Amino acid sequence: MATILSLYDALIQPFVEYGFMRRALVASLAISLGSAPIGVLLMLRRMSLMGDAMSHAILPGAAIAFLLVGSLSPLAMGVGGLVAGLAVALLSGVVSRTTPLREDASFASFYLGSLALGVLIVSLRGSNIDLLHVLFGTILAVDPAALFLIGGIASITLATLAVIYRPLVVECFDPGFLRAVGESGAAYHFLFLFLVVINLVAGFQALGTLMAVGMMMLPAAIAQLWARRLPSMIVIAVSSAALSGYLGLIASFHMRLASGPAIILIASIIYVASLLAGPFGALRRVFARPHLAG
Amino acid sequence: MTTATIRLHDVTIAYERHPAVHHVSGAFEEGHLTAIVGPNGAGKSTLVKALVGELPLTEGSIDRGRLAQNDFGYLPQAAEIDRRFPLAVADLVMLGAWRETGAFGGATRTTAAKARAALSAVELDGFEKRPIATLSAGQFQRALFARLLLQDAEAIILDEPFTAIDGRTTAHLLEIVSRWGNEGRTVIAVLHDLDQVRTHFPQTLLLAREKVAWGPTESTLSASYLHKARAMSEGWDENASVCEEARWRRS
Repeated sequence: MATILSLYDALIQPFVEYGFMRRALVASLAISLGSAPIGVLLMLRRMSLMGDAMSHAILPGAAIAFLLVGSLSPLAMGVGGLVAGLAVALLSGVVSRTTPLREDASFASFYLGSLALGVLIVSLRGSNIDLLHVLFGTILAVDPAALFLIGGIASITLATLAVIYRPLVVECFDPGFLRAVGESGAAYHFLFLFLVVINLVAGFQALGTLMAVGMMMLPAAIAQLWARRLPSMIVIAVSSAALSGYLGLIASFHMRLASGPAIILIASIIYVASLLAGPFGALRRVFARPHLAG
Repeated sequence: MTTATIRLHDVTIAYERHPAVHHVSGAFEEGHLTAIVGPNGAGKSTLVKALVGELPLTEGSIDRGRLAQNDFGYLPQAAEIDRRFPLAVADLVMLGAWRETGAFGGATRTTAAKARAALSAVELDGFEKRPIATLSAGQFQRALFARLLLQDAEAIILDEPFTAIDGRTTAHLLEIVSRWGNEGRTVIAVLHDLDQVRTHFPQTLLLAREKVAWGPTESTLSASYLHKARAMSEGWDENASVCEEARWRRS
């Protein structure tokens, strides 16, 4: 007998029946709330690839914590990742302010070293399975401790963004004005980099270091194709990230796919669709609507 | 009460030891409109940046009287503004209320009303919701003027504010500048159009790396001074020796 899934079976039942699916769903929603707005701001600061570099930079911290604790403890690896990420961010900040190297150049140099160190440490002790866990994450194995960490990071991110929204936006859009009114742009810049790092730590718990940045940059790119005001961009980014998380989990459940890549692939599909259909996408150029009278 | 007069004491500002502004002294009097004119590379923008504290002085000092940093409204020549940033014109203009809202406070209805009035003053009525990316260069410059209006600063510094702006709008913005003067604000503007300077700015500093003349516009913009300013060499002297005064001061 052919089994035809009802909509309920397909879309809701997995979350009703399995605790790990519920936790994965909550984790991906929390990551969407924190990471997507950060991604939009990163992209507007022309730092899209910085997120990628940063996600590699947190690896040695997580690896050292893994060695010390001896298990894939989310809190220990989170703290380790945080320390490593912040160290790289601060070091490149210092280097770019004291040498002719620009911030992206010094970032690239530090994160490559950091990544090599991380892979080396993991390969020294762990099995290949452990390395795969770190690189690709285990959203279906998110335990309550990891869930609290991810939720906490999302809350801190939203609260901080709410408070520093104006100076952060001005620092990005018109840094001269911020200096002129006597505010320190560097302080907000570093606070923002801190938010980037903790969100990558959250994403890395669930999606691994390679995929964590996907929940930041893909939703941000999608948002740019649909909106021209910052608040609407943030709303669109969060919604598309949440939708990718949900659809990715459903797809991975029914088709037995790895969940992290499934989520990011769904986000990529939304991105390509937006490229074609979005009001600022490619198809609008081809099928331009007639111009207005005035 | 101390004055808001801005005094320069022997100011030198150098890039890689080559002076762009060399031993300039004088005062921008409180409530006066002063134009800064001079050939390209005369150090006009450099001086103005130093006035608002964007550039460190190599030597000398600037006495800003009772003016604090946020008493200055500054319109840079080519602002490092990302004009494609997804903000609305109203968002941009309302930044001018920074002294009321600070970094974290909320904008009130009064702020919004003031912003609307400022936009109206630069003839950008109804532009509040337009994304700034859709403005022309001239319209954008007027929006920045509106932000300056809202800033309500005691000292206003404009670096070539009318570049890329059509004649009618320039005349209109010049009216605003004159009004600032009547309100007792100190205005310092870097300009190239000498007729504009003669009609609207009673005081002029003629700069050619060094101060050529500083005082009432009519006497500063005399033919002999202008000739002297034009004679300035734009290039660096690669083999320049240490400035005598600096050498003397060090010993």
